[in-house]
Amino acid sequence: MRVIDGKVEGRELTKKFLEEVMLIPNGEKVNMCIQCGTCSASCPTGYAMDFTPRQIVAALRANIIHEVLVSNSVWLCASCYACTVRCPAGIPWTDIMYQLKRLGEDEGIIPRVKKGHELATAFNSIIDKYGLSAEFLLMLKFYFRTGIFKALGQLGFATKMLTKGRLDLGAHKIKGIKGLQKMMAVMEERK
Amino acid sequence: MAASNGKKYTYYPGCSQTKTSRAYDASVRGVAGKLGIELVELEDWNCCGASNYIAIDARKAFVLSARNLALAEKTGRPDIVTSCSGCYVILAKAKKYIKTNPKLHKDIDEALATDGLTYTGNVSVRHVLDVLVNDVAEQRIRAAVTVPLAGLKVAPYYGCQIGRPYGEFDDEEWPHTLDDLVAWSGAEPVNFPLKSKCCGGILMTTQPKVGRTLVGKLLKSAKDAGADCIVTACSLCHVTLESYQKKVSRHLGEDVNIPVLYFTQLLGRALGLTHKELMLKDSLTHAEAVLP
Repeated sequence: MRVIDGKVEGRELTKKFLEEVMLIPNGEKVNMCIQCGTCSASCPTGYAMDFTPRQIVAALRANIIHEVLVSNSVWLCASCYACTVRCPAGIPWTDIMYQLKRLGEDEGIIPRVKKGHELATAFNSIIDKYGLSAEFLLMLKFYFRTGIFKALGQLGFATKMLTKGRLDLGAHKIKGIKGLQKMMAVMEERK
Repeated sequence: MAASNGKKYTYYPGCSQTKTSRAYDASVRGVAGKLGIELVELEDWNCCGASNYIAIDARKAFVLSARNLALAEKTGRPDIVTSCSGCYVILAKAKKYIKTNPKLHKDIDEALATDGLTYTGNVSVRHVLDVLVNDVAEQRIRAAVTVPLAGLKVAPYYGCQIGRPYGEFDDEEWPHTLDDLVAWSGAEPVNFPLKSKCCGGILMTTQPKVGRTLVGKLLKSAKDAGADCIVTACSLCHVTLESYQKKVSRHLGEDVNIPVLYFTQLLGRALGLTHKELMLKDSLTHAEAVLP
C-alpha cells in the first residue's frame, strides 16, 4: 500500500516535508500563507497546473501530498521566482517547489508527467561524470528515456545548430573531476 | 582600447558559453576589451548544476557552486562575473543557503577540504550587466560608442533570474538597467511590458506546448511594442527565444518571427566590434541584418 492522502501516511510525509522546508531560508513563513492566490496569479505556468501554488498549500494543510507529488504541478515550475518576490507573506515559493521535487525523488514518487524529472536526472548523470554539461549527450539520454521518435522533431533544430557550429557532439571533463567526485561523495555521506 | 580602471574580475563563462552560446561569450569578451574591463577566466571551473541538479539533490548542487566560489576566492579577486542568468542565480543562491545553514556550511568545508579548497563566502557574485551598468557606467560607455545605432528599436528582455529573487542590482519586477544600456549604445529601448516575464526555459523541451505559449507571448509583446529586435541577457532565454520561432508562430497562428541578439552583441557593435568578432553568423534569426 502506498500513501493514502489525508490518512496516516499523508500526514507523516507532509510532516517530513515541512521539517525540510524549515531548513530553507525563510521556509518557516509557509505557515503564514493566507491563501490570497498572488502566487498562482503570478505563475506563468499556473494555468496548466493540476494544483496551482496556492492550492498546494491548501492541500498540504489537509495532509494531501501524494496527489501533489504525482500531479504535473511541481515540474511545471520553471523557477522564475515571480511568486517568491510577490508573496505578501514572504514565502520562498520557488524553493518550496524545488523541495517538493526533491521529496518526490527521495520517496520514489514519480510524477505522472515524467519529462522534467527525466531531463534533470539525465543532466545530473552527465555532471557527475564530467563536471560540465554536454548538450548532445543530454538530448540523446533524454529522448532515449522519453521516446526516441520524439527526437525526430528535433532533427531540424539539431542540424541547424550543427551547421552553425553550435552543437558539440562530444563531452569534456574538467581537470579536477576526481576531486569534485570526492566532494560529492562527502556530501552524500554526511547527509 | 580604453584604459583599464585597474580592477580585475574573475570570469565564469558557464557551460552554454563554450558552444551553444559561444557568440555571447565572444561578445562579452569583446565588449570587456573595448571598455578596459579585465576578465580573467576561472581556472578549471565546473558546471553550476543549473536548475536541474538542485531539483534532485540540493546538497550536491551546493557543493558544485561552492567549488567554483572557492576557486574564485583563491584568486584574491573580489568578484565572480557571469553572463548567464541561470549560473548567476544558482551561485548567489548557494551563497545564501550556505550562510544560513551551519550544518551545510560545515559539510561543504569538509567536502572542499578533500581537494585542498576553502570557502568563506567573501566573493561577490555579479552579472556582466551589473558590472557594465554600475562599474563602467554611463559616461564611459557613451564616450566609447563609435557606431551609432540611432533609429534601431530594441525590446530589452531581462528574463526572470537576473532580478529575481534577490534583486541585487535591479528591480525584481520592472528592471531598467538593460533599457539604460540600450539607450547608452544609441539605440531606442521600446516599452516592453513582458520584459521580465519567464520564457519557460527548459519547458520548451520537457513541456513544448507550455513552452511555446510562454515564448509566443513574449515574441508577440515585443513585436506589438514595435521592436526591430529583442536583446537577451541569459543563454537559456536566448536559445529559447530564437530556436523555435516558426513552431511558435504556427502554435499562435500569427507571425511572431523577430531577430534575437545578445545584449553584448548590440553594445559591441555600437563600440565598433565587427559582425565577425561578435559572431553574428551564429544567429538563427538573422540578427546580422539588424545591425549596421
